[in-house]
Amino acid sequence: MKKILLACFALLLARQSFSQETYPVNGSWDVRSGQYAFTNANIVVSAGQTINNGTLIIKDGYIESVASGSSVPKGYVTVDLKGKYIYPGLIDAYTTYGMPEAPRQAGGFGGFGRAAVPVSTKPGPYGWNEAIRPDVMAVKMFHVNPTRAEELKRNGFGAVQALVQDGIARGTSAVLTLASASDNEVLVKDEVAAHYSFSKGTAATNYPSSLMGSIALLRQTYYDAAWYKTQKKEYNISLSEFNRTQTLPQIFEVSDVQSILRADKIAKEFGKQYIYKTDGQEYQRIDAIKALNASFIIPLSFPAAFDVEDALDARNVGYAQLKNWELAPTNPAALEKAGIRFVLTSNGLTNARDFWTNLRTAITNGLSEKQALMSLTEIPAQILGVSDKVGTLTKGKLANFIITSGTLFKADNVIYENWVQGQKFVVSKMDVSDLRGTYTLSGSGLANTTLIIGGTPGAYTANINRTGTDSTRTQGTIVRAGDLVSLYFDLKNKPSGNIRLNGYITSTAPLALRGTGTLPDGGSVSWTATYTGAAPAGGRGGRGPGAAAGADQTAKAPVVGPLVYPFSAFGNTEVPKTETTLFKNATVWTNEKEGILQNADVLIEGGKIKAVGKNLAAGGAKVVDATGKHITAGIIDEHSHIAASNGINEGTQSVTSEVRIADVIDAEDVNIYRQLAGGVTTSHILHGSANAIGGQTQLIKLRWGVMPEQMKFAGSDGFIKFALGENVTQKNRTQSFGDANVRFPQSRMGVEQVYVDAFTRAKEYKAVRAVKGSTTRRDLELDALVEILDAKRFITCHSYVQSEINMLMHVADSMGFKINTFTHILEGYKVADKMKARKIAGSTFSDWWAYKYEVAEAIPYNGKLMHEVGVVTGFNSDDAEMARRLNQEAAKAITYGKLSEEDALKLVTLNPAKMLHIDSKVGSLKPGKDADVVVWSANPLSIYAVVEKTYVDGVPYWDYAKDAEKQKAMKADAGRIVQKMIESKGRGAATQRPAFQRPRLYECESVEDAAYVIADDYNGMNKQVSAKNHQ
Amino acid sequence: MKKKFILGFGGLMLTTVLAFGQATIMPAKPQAGPVVITGATIHVGNGKVINNGYIAFDKGKITAVGEGSAPNTTGATIVNASGKQVYPGFICPVTSLGLVEFESIRATDDETETGEMNPHVRSLIAFNTDSKVIPTVRSNGVLLAQPTPQGGTISGQSSVMMLDGWNWEDAAYKKDIAVHLTWPVVRNGRGRRGGFGTGAAGQESPAERAQKAIDAIVSLFAEAKAYAQAKPAITNARLGSMAGLFNGSKKLFITADGAKEIIQAVNFGKQMGVQVVIVGGKDSYLVTDVLKDNNVPVVIRETQALPDKDEDDVYLPYKLPHLLQQAGVLYGLTGTGFWRQRNLPFEAGQAVGYGLSKEQALSMITLNNAKILGIDKTTGTLETGKDANLFISAGDALDMVTLDVENAYIQGKSISLDNLHKQLYKRYSEKYSLK
Repeated sequence: MKKILLACFALLLARQSFSQETYPVNGSWDVRSGQYAFTNANIVVSAGQTINNGTLIIKDGYIESVASGSSVPKGYVTVDLKGKYIYPGLIDAYTTYGMPEAPRQAGGFGGFGRAAVPVSTKPGPYGWNEAIRPDVMAVKMFHVNPTRAEELKRNGFGAVQALVQDGIARGTSAVLTLASASDNEVLVKDEVAAHYSFSKGTAATNYPSSLMGSIALLRQTYYDAAWYKTQKKEYNISLSEFNRTQTLPQIFEVSDVQSILRADKIAKEFGKQYIYKTDGQEYQRIDAIKALNASFIIPLSFPAAFDVEDALDARNVGYAQLKNWELAPTNPAALEKAGIRFVLTSNGLTNARDFWTNLRTAITNGLSEKQALMSLTEIPAQILGVSDKVGTLTKGKLANFIITSGTLFKADNVIYENWVQGQKFVVSKMDVSDLRGTYTLSGSGLANTTLIIGGTPGAYTANINRTGTDSTRTQGTIVRAGDLVSLYFDLKNKPSGNIRLNGYITSTAPLALRGTGTLPDGGSVSWTATYTGAAPAGGRGGRGPGAAAGADQTAKAPVVGPLVYPFSAFGNTEVPKTETTLFKNATVWTNEKEGILQNADVLIEGGKIKAVGKNLAAGGAKVVDATGKHITAGIIDEHSHIAASNGINEGTQSVTSEVRIADVIDAEDVNIYRQLAGGVTTSHILHGSANAIGGQTQLIKLRWGVMPEQMKFAGSDGFIKFALGENVTQKNRTQSFGDANVRFPQSRMGVEQVYVDAFTRAKEYKAVRAVKGSTTRRDLELDALVEILDAKRFITCHSYVQSEINMLMHVADSMGFKINTFTHILEGYKVADKMKARKIAGSTFSDWWAYKYEVAEAIPYNGKLMHEVGVVTGFNSDDAEMARRLNQEAAKAITYGKLSEEDALKLVTLNPAKMLHIDSKVGSLKPGKDADVVVWSANPLSIYAVVEKTYVDGVPYWDYAKDAEKQKAMKADAGRIVQKMIESKGRGAATQRPAFQRPRLYECESVEDAAYVIADDYNGMNKQVSAKNHQ
Repeated sequence: MKKKFILGFGGLMLTTVLAFGQATIMPAKPQAGPVVITGATIHVGNGKVINNGYIAFDKGKITAVGEGSAPNTTGATIVNASGKQVYPGFICPVTSLGLVEFESIRATDDETETGEMNPHVRSLIAFNTDSKVIPTVRSNGVLLAQPTPQGGTISGQSSVMMLDGWNWEDAAYKKDIAVHLTWPVVRNGRGRRGGFGTGAAGQESPAERAQKAIDAIVSLFAEAKAYAQAKPAITNARLGSMAGLFNGSKKLFITADGAKEIIQAVNFGKQMGVQVVIVGGKDSYLVTDVLKDNNVPVVIRETQALPDKDEDDVYLPYKLPHLLQQAGVLYGLTGTGFWRQRNLPFEAGQAVGYGLSKEQALSMITLNNAKILGIDKTTGTLETGKDANLFISAGDALDMVTLDVENAYIQGKSISLDNLHKQLYKRYSEKYSLK
């Protein structure tokens, strides 16, 4: 139906002569050359050039000339634009205009009631993963959409980039105009850019189900595409198209700053330079953004204010949400100030009408008008490679321009007409006169009555004042249609009820209206309105949108709060620095042969421990009296899942050694700060336990406020997560899992074969790759396994019962690799002798059991027994809560087994350092080691101990006393923003309801129950309650 | 290690030290003769501490408590606890202990009935005295527990159980003391597409949905109250089971964490004329006035937890007991789940670094919990006339470093402190020839 309507619509339009020659015509040819001359206009040729009182001449949809003066050749329709402006038509560089409606996303891995889709089921010789769709070409799919075009044209857009916003490799986009013409006519450029994202979109393929999986898939695709060029065995449209589209500009849709940096890592690995489409939070880390030297497409979709009047409900609005509400409108200005090349898009706006409001808000917040114009015209044209067609008003370009009442960004500016390819679209009727002003009404019953017309042309408002004995003020409604005017109002008294007047403009200089009307009693009246002067400014007439914008325009640049690092609750306004500090007179737990020293000092300098001993000289150091306090090395958590974005498990395949936690470190997780408050300084962030060979792990230091890359523990060995047990065999899943239980293995017997097969393949791969000139395809999954075989990557294996632990030790023996650590290892006490013989460490829970069947014989004496047998033993958390009490967990080895206090503390400090091969740098208080130091109020193993200070590399990231100040400042800042929100709501700004989202906490078992789709979906999806179900 | 086990079994126990397996962990026999514990630091449970004190009990009841040497020890078994600590048995409210054996195995999970309104189902008869988990919990001094049904809006009724017994009948300490209700929460789940719910226009809002659930509770209670006044011809087990709420013999435990939900729950109890206990109460510190004005206590669920909101004080859950203490609200404490309740003493001790005194922390899991459960006349403190529910620890029982329960008594019966974990420890100590 829609298509037929559109076809009819097209037929009604006269064709311009640039139209499709090959198409048949129904009836007589009606070709018009569209020759127009716009005279007496202020022509803004580009952001840098304006011609006052000039003439724009167009023909056949193109600009024929732009010049000062008013000479118009014969044969042109002349439009007098005295006092008005002409601007280049705006370009929206990121839209799905004309694209088919995307189907809802398909499921992620193993979702309820969803079928397992290990490889693509799409017909045709495409690649294995449906999220890689470089074969998609917007140019082959788009269809002119007059409704959507009108929406964009109302905002002044004349051309757009159109893409299919679906998948990880998304294919190519096209540039189209918004003309109401045939598909052939509106195409400006067929293949403009190749598009990417981290979101699998509608792909039904199970893999990837996590962000790290998306990254791995994209990286592997680059390698596969390079290999594809060198071989002739495989025919693969996806890889072929991937290669073909590499020469185009590469546009990557990301979300926040961390996500931009993740994409940039890929860009650097493969020698690419992406253009980033973001969610507009670059202001949070503008220096890091500037350093990328990239171009950006940023949205004007600023968050709506929250309903915060109810103080209890308002608690559900996070500090970061509050701050982003306040600061997001400063983002365009921040980019401009930093000298970053960017374009603005209306993409992401829930209501197209907000475009100009938001753009003006951005300008109020510091964006220059010149930059705004460039970011909507010239720069998008350059980025999209269509500068020869659009972006400025010069001869030979498409006749895409807008006619406005004043300068484009002025609050009361009106866009009258938007011409696209020489085709007129009326946004707001270009009246010969502006009706605004004060009038004297006359007519029967209208004595002493004044009419004030305010608002904007296009949205006039009417106020009626009657003076004298029956004085009254009322608001009326006035509508203008060309020369016709209708007005109605209720004087409330004498008479009460609506008076409805109809009339027309009788004179424009001076303005005068006259007509007839109907009184409330049905009687009729003749009336006139005579102009007496301008409408009073800021009066009651100012209730229309123009007035609201006017109020904004007069506002000074708003005062905004400080940036915090990270952009989160408890962020620092300045990242703390390392301090040379001497702690005096403490009980010092050295974890060295000196043991526990009473009344001793610790000196830290330059991020390192300088000296430990009695009566150390302070020198220039800041002295901290630690009398009665205990000082230990920072706690090291061998098994953690904090500080990772968008999925901890890529459990969609049995072997996913290609995925890397390193790619998804989240430096903004408040649990980093909370764990510092528990004395933790180093965390080993592991992939989950959903599959036999999981992903590569990342060791981080809890440096609160730095960027993800700076959190990484420099120079540490790479590890990888393996897993045994119920999670891998999927035996503890509920029965309602449908046909998802088909992934091999489903038994411990199968698990052995997965390992044997993986390492067999890895060995064969290694052998063929070692041959000189080998063209064997690089396989990221096998690369990681080869690293294990070469003892360059180390295994930490999630494990429970003795049978499977024994099995893996035998597989390792026979395949020639080593297990570094068994993590969780709840039945380690049953095989401690075998572990010791192979020098395998054991990192376990202190006292967890009974949460599933394979922990039926997990005992709290496990740590003690392994330790006694001679296994390097540690206690880990696997839990954001427990991690901040690992000192207490260590103490449970005293409760259960009477381990010595010194050895107990080592379970969470020195021993995990040994397992992680970092004991030369951390884990004890030894001169030369990193100054990762914790000051405790009491014996650190005691339930009564409170963490007073935590230092990482000598930087005081946690200080209990300073935390109170920080909370106070945060509360004050939040309170200020809330007040601002309430005021903003009072001015009629859009609001949203506060909805508390509990942050998603990951444990081993956490499997994304839905694949994340587009960047916007990240937040909604990952903030779910996670049951405490340690696996 | 043998020494430890012998100590663990206690003086009056018929020991079977070398036998292994749950089957040989015997429920205790009734107290045979008077027992006097001497030389101990006695933590009464109400804040008082008696140094070098004695405590005597006979026929299951405490007969004397005091400082110095016991006045009358004729015929009594003397337990020298010099340098050791004596505590009232810890009481664990609102738990699934005895109702669940393995969390992930449905067949061993007996704490949830189907349907929304089940005031008539009773945890009492599902309590598994033979659970292997229970001995691991009582080994840390937890001697009484309130196994509690979960799920639905009204989950059922709970009883207070002794953690020693042949079957639920003889393990029952006080039967059917409370009905458990979960207060409806307005769930403003954000839609998948950032900020806009997927619900079509006209669909009921989360607030409307919650209000409907509240209305259903209100009408059920109104009908139950009428039913209690005059029973109609047709018997209704659900309504009938709620009678005790209106005559004060049963309490209404309402799970509510948010400030608004707590206010609603307290007002609801007031309107219905029932005694309310708030369970969870994460936001209770924000609404202490309404709690205090209505004499509504709070059972805090875990101190060892993360704050709910990113902005919350990082130590908020540790500080919550002290905030309620300062405000004058009666508060008790439970841990999480079932096996984790062996950490109950540490959950209490956790609050000490953040404002509570040690004795206040102790009261939280002894006297306060007893008051909340309505059993403080017979237990919760070490006072003459109360049940001899107590234990001896070599050191401070709220701290992992020092907790070491050597003897424990429930109604004077000396209970076994053996458990599966100690047995497996022994088994593998043997394997590796460890001392």
